[in-house]
Amino acid sequence: MSITRRVVTFVDERTASAPILRKALRYLFPDHWSFLLGEVALYAFMVLVGTGIYLTFFFVDSTHDVVYHGTYAPLQGQHMTEAYKSVVDLSLNVKAGLLIRQTHHWAANVFLVAILLHLFRVFFTGAYRKPRGLIWALGVTMLFTSLLEAYMGYSLVDDLLSGMGLVIGYSVGLSIPFVGANLMEWLFHGPYPGQHVFWPRMYIAHVLLFPILIGMLLTAHLLLVALRHHTQFKRRRAQSNHVVMGVPTFPGQTPRSLGLLLAVAGVLFLLGGLVQINPIWQWGPYHTYDATNGAQPDWYLGWLIGGLRLVPGFDLVIGKFTLVPNPFWGGALFPLVILGFLYFWPWLERKWTGDHAWHNVLERPRDNPRRTAIGIGVISWVVLVFVAGSSDRVNLVFGIPYTGQIWFYRVFVFVGPLLFGAIAYRVCKELQAGEKVEEDRHTAEAEARLATWSKPSQSSES
Amino acid sequence: MRWVVVIAALTLVGSAAAADGKQVFGRYCVSCHGPNGAGVADRGPSLHGVGARAADFYLRTGYMPLKHVGLQPRRSRLLLDDAQIAALVRYVASLGSGPAVPHPHPERGNVSAGMTLFRSHCAGCHQIVAEGGYVTNAVPPALGDATPTQIAEAVRIGPYVMPTFSTKAISDDELDSIIRYVEYAKHPDNRGGWALGNVGPIPEGLVSWFIAGTALLGVCLVIGKRLRA
Amino acid sequence: MRAETAAILLFLLTGLFSVAFIVVYAIDRIPHQTQFLGLALGGALVSLAAALIITGLKLVVTEELVEEYPPPLHAGEVDLIATTVEEGGTRLTRRRLFKLTLLAAGGGLATAALTPAVSFGPILRVKDFFGTPWTRGRRLVDENGTPYKASDIEEKDFYTAFAEGADKEEAGASVVLVRLPTSSLKLPSELQGYDADGIVAYSKICTHAGCAISMYRVPTFAPDEPKPALVCPCHYSTFDPASGGTVQFGPAGRPLPMLPLQIDGKGHLRAKGNFNEAVGPSWWGVRNRKPTP
Repeated sequence: MSITRRVVTFVDERTASAPILRKALRYLFPDHWSFLLGEVALYAFMVLVGTGIYLTFFFVDSTHDVVYHGTYAPLQGQHMTEAYKSVVDLSLNVKAGLLIRQTHHWAANVFLVAILLHLFRVFFTGAYRKPRGLIWALGVTMLFTSLLEAYMGYSLVDDLLSGMGLVIGYSVGLSIPFVGANLMEWLFHGPYPGQHVFWPRMYIAHVLLFPILIGMLLTAHLLLVALRHHTQFKRRRAQSNHVVMGVPTFPGQTPRSLGLLLAVAGVLFLLGGLVQINPIWQWGPYHTYDATNGAQPDWYLGWLIGGLRLVPGFDLVIGKFTLVPNPFWGGALFPLVILGFLYFWPWLERKWTGDHAWHNVLERPRDNPRRTAIGIGVISWVVLVFVAGSSDRVNLVFGIPYTGQIWFYRVFVFVGPLLFGAIAYRVCKELQAGEKVEEDRHTAEAEARLATWSKPSQSSES
Repeated sequence: MRWVVVIAALTLVGSAAAADGKQVFGRYCVSCHGPNGAGVADRGPSLHGVGARAADFYLRTGYMPLKHVGLQPRRSRLLLDDAQIAALVRYVASLGSGPAVPHPHPERGNVSAGMTLFRSHCAGCHQIVAEGGYVTNAVPPALGDATPTQIAEAVRIGPYVMPTFSTKAISDDELDSIIRYVEYAKHPDNRGGWALGNVGPIPEGLVSWFIAGTALLGVCLVIGKRLRA
Repeated sequence: MRAETAAILLFLLTGLFSVAFIVVYAIDRIPHQTQFLGLALGGALVSLAAALIITGLKLVVTEELVEEYPPPLHAGEVDLIATTVEEGGTRLTRRRLFKLTLLAAGGGLATAALTPAVSFGPILRVKDFFGTPWTRGRRLVDENGTPYKASDIEEKDFYTAFAEGADKEEAGASVVLVRLPTSSLKLPSELQGYDADGIVAYSKICTHAGCAISMYRVPTFAPDEPKPALVCPCHYSTFDPASGGTVQFGPAGRPLPMLPLQIDGKGHLRAKGNFNEAVGPSWWGVRNRKPTP
């Protein structure tokens, strides 16, 4: 008996799972490249967990004060938290420590890039339509959970940059009407900076609770995809809402997926070794009374710093009651609106188009100009706010006055999406028209050919 | 008698040099700083008592001459050559007694003390590794091109909207440490790899999208099929 | 069979890179450890990836198969399940009451189970937001604990001070000090007398989102340059120290809280009381009360 046969026999004898395994092995994967984006996110997540486990063996989740007496001269004798010191020591004194730490951080950044690219593919092709609404909702939940998870990850280090980011997050929480202060002092165990117990809380959330949560959401997400089967683009006549065409798990898909996993890991480790990220020894430790210019959150929160910078300076006050503190609009309401849009879009679209049908075949973006235009509009809104958030660096590099940019963006973040949405709509329509012309031309040519063949005598007579 | 001649000669030479500086001053500075550096209302401050220190700083960085009133003085290409600058410095120093060009000793400073001092006094504007930044309506510059002398001068002068730090606030020893830290920050420990300008998450995000994103997108395009096969 | 050869060579390359990783790891003297370790491990992973992708694209059978999607609904099964569940309760006589009380029981138990979470922090003790370490007579000290003398504070400079003996990390503990010419002070009536000979003190914690106000913009030549301002580097909230910390630009919704100052017999700076407003970013009750020591 071959080894393979022996292994499969062993498994089936003990688990009775041969039928399921056979189904899994012959599951058909769509082979369009855009279906691999979700996998890229999945593999980045795996790298995060792997490198993350390593980091937990070195990180100290304590904000108690220590004095640095290590090898890095600029920090010699400075007061810092144990947390910060443990990351400095890992980065500067543990072999491969910096490699793994940087890979972990790059993986987080790239994880969110991949999630967004995957989300764009799913959105613009209508893959979230019935019966896949639940998969979409799970995905959106994972997006926001991962944002929070990544934010906690780099905040744990307690360097000057991320410490500033943490107090800003606290302030956004504080700005929630009616309950913000209560929620925040509950979380931090008192007003900022809170008690020492906050750090282990954030640590346990980041290394245990959120990974488990994301893992569970991911499992449900993938399970539902497999149970209902992937959607597909209509490339061949055989494909339809009832018939799916694709490459089976084994032997076709497996080497490709494994290859993609290794490529993702490879790119991340190459970045981790060759491109510096978050050099916390240069930033120094955080203190509530210190700040540096040029502090920015990691890219995936750039939309929020834009939101916080754009809103004009006012608290919404009724008498002495502060109903809406300023950071709420840009820091909490803005992402809530986006979250709401994402969650409710499938339902909104169904209501709007009256299309309650069940879809397994995807549309191309041009096939649904309204959805594409709305998607482009919402994305432009987020991107414009994001760009507004870096206008101080634009000032430094290109000399365009910061205050001027802020005023411009205050208007343009609302005008721009309408403009770009309208352009996207037009482009879709034009592409569709172009295809229609092609189609008509083919049909006319075919008819003409048919006409010349079927009536040869007529044409030769006249 | 000889002494009188010597003194007279020296005075002549001195006044000649000063006259030289005065000529340069007349060409480039008088329209804003006024005759004899007395200042012109709404155009330029008086230079009486600013000393060689200020002149040396503003001229050697190219902050001055300023293209027009109201602009923030920025480091720029020097319009004046070394001789002209030296002459101007002497001339401005002669307009009332003021501080001399400082001679800092960063090698005597402590880089860690410097980092702490820099963080409390400077990083809010200049960024923690001196890559510059923004303050409302002004631009604190990056300090990569600043010489130790210029740093010492700027700290004491407080040019444009920068605060002025006297020896009471930052002693000369502390200043040595700050300068030592700034010198370090010009070439910080970048053992993590390509430093992306040491300005933090914005370039990191660009790398995530345009290097990692494109690379991985490319891999997907290689593995998968296109719509038009 | 060029693809197969390529794959085999790439497998070997993977092995070589892996060995390189271990060698670099073992030999301390190799400089730029992070870069070489990354190149080695990354190289190994990328080589293996390439080998597998080539295998997948060129070496294994990649037929496109066709099959039916699962049906939209397994009507028969659904019916059976629903019937089984519904029949399960045939012996119940008061179905609604049963279900209602079952739900109430579950809900109650869940609520009870979650209740201990309330104690994670003082969820109702908002008076903590008004506490600062400042009392009348408290001295202002620098980062090293040395008390500030009024004569230390010069114009055109800015200083960070703390309540003597307090935890410096506390939001209410840190203030930023500047000295302005008394003629330029335009304090509103309720803040008259808060300065000490032109020295003013404001909370260092920005009222927008809590970053430290670490920028002081002060002109060399006032006619042509921006006027004095305390600025926050996070979102550029700009506060005027001459008029009581009022917001000139940026998203802050409240002026900076001001600490009243006095100079004691030895020339040291002391607080004359607490801040005029609560410190820190705004929350629902931030204007309800004055700060307490």
